[in-house]
Amino acid sequence: MEHSEKYDSNTPLEYQSEQGRLNILGFWVFLGAEVALFSTLFGTYLVLMHRNAGGPMLTDLFELKGVLIETFLLLASSFTCGLAIHEMRRNNQKGLVVWMIITLLLGLGFLGFEIDEFISYVGEGASLQTSAALSGFFVLVGTHGLHVTMGVGWIICILIQVASRGLTPVTTRKLFISSLYWHFLDFVWIFIFTAVYLTGWVMM
Amino acid sequence: MAAKQNTSHNHFPWSHIVGFVLSIVLTIVALWFALHTNFSVKAKLIIIFIFAFLQAVLQLLMFMHIKEGSKGIQTGTMIYAAFIAITVAAGSVWVMAMPGMYHDMPMDKKKHNSHERHEKHNMEHDGHNMSDMDMGSNK
Repeated sequence: MEHSEKYDSNTPLEYQSEQGRLNILGFWVFLGAEVALFSTLFGTYLVLMHRNAGGPMLTDLFELKGVLIETFLLLASSFTCGLAIHEMRRNNQKGLVVWMIITLLLGLGFLGFEIDEFISYVGEGASLQTSAALSGFFVLVGTHGLHVTMGVGWIICILIQVASRGLTPVTTRKLFISSLYWHFLDFVWIFIFTAVYLTGWVMM
Repeated sequence: MAAKQNTSHNHFPWSHIVGFVLSIVLTIVALWFALHTNFSVKAKLIIIFIFAFLQAVLQLLMFMHIKEGSKGIQTGTMIYAAFIAITVAAGSVWVMAMPGMYHDMPMDKKKHNSHERHEKHNMEHDGHNMSDMDMGSNK
C-alpha cells in the first residue's frame, strides 16, 4: 500500500506522521504484553483463591457497595477520557483539559476507595502475608492499582506539556497513547470485577 | 485508508455514549446474575465471564478505536493477547484442578494448627467435618 502523506482534514493529528502511527501501533503491542502480565496474575489468583490457610475468607471481606463504587468510578473515568480525546480531535484544547482533569479526579477517587478497601482488609487481619489466597488477591488488585497510580502521574505530565505547547502532532500522539492506557485500566478492571469479586460471590 | 480513520470527530460522540451505557448495563446484569438468580455455580460463572468479554470488546471498539490505524495489526495483537491470557489463566485453573494437585494436600494438619486462631471461621465452614478430620489425622 502506498504511503500517501496527504490527509484530509478529518485525519487526526496523531495519525498524520509515520512516527505517530508507529508509536500508536507499538503501544498496542505493549498493551498485548500487559494482557499477558495480568493473565499470569489472574491465573495465580484463581488457582490460590481457596487457599485461605485458616485465615479470613476473601468473600467475607468483600463489600458490594465499595466494589461497585470503584467499578463505576473507573468506568466513568474511561468514558470521560474518551470524551477528552473526542474534544482533542475537534482541536478543542480547553475541552480536552477539562475532561482529562475530570478523568484524573475519578481515577483518584477510585484509588481512594481501593486504598480504603485494602486498609480495612488489613485491619480485619487479612494482609499480604496471611494466606496464599490473600497474596494472590493483593498482588493482582494491587498491580492494577499501581497502574492507575502511574497513569495519573503520566497524564498530569502530559497535561503540563499541553499547557505549554498546545495541541501539536507530538502532544496529541502522547495524549492519544495515554488515553489507550487509561481505557486499558478499565479493561483490566472488568476482569478483576468478574474473576475476583463476582466469582467470589458466586462460589460463596 | 487515511480518510476512513476518523470521520466522526466533529459530531456528537455517540460511540462513547453507547459504549458507556452498554458497559453499565452489562455490569449490572452480570451482578444480578451472580447475586440474585438460582442458576448453578457453573452456569453463573459462564454467564458472568461472557458478559466480561462482551464488555471488554465494547471497550476496545467504542472507547479505544482499535479499528483505526494500521490495517488490523492492532486487532490481531489483541486477539493473540486474549489467546495467551485465556491459555495462561484458564489453563492454570484446569491443571491445578487435576486429581492430586489440589484436594490431596494435607489440609487436616493445617486446620489443626490454625483452628484456635480462627474458631469462628472453622465453625462456619468446617465444623461439620471436624470429626472426620480428626479421624483422618489420627491414622
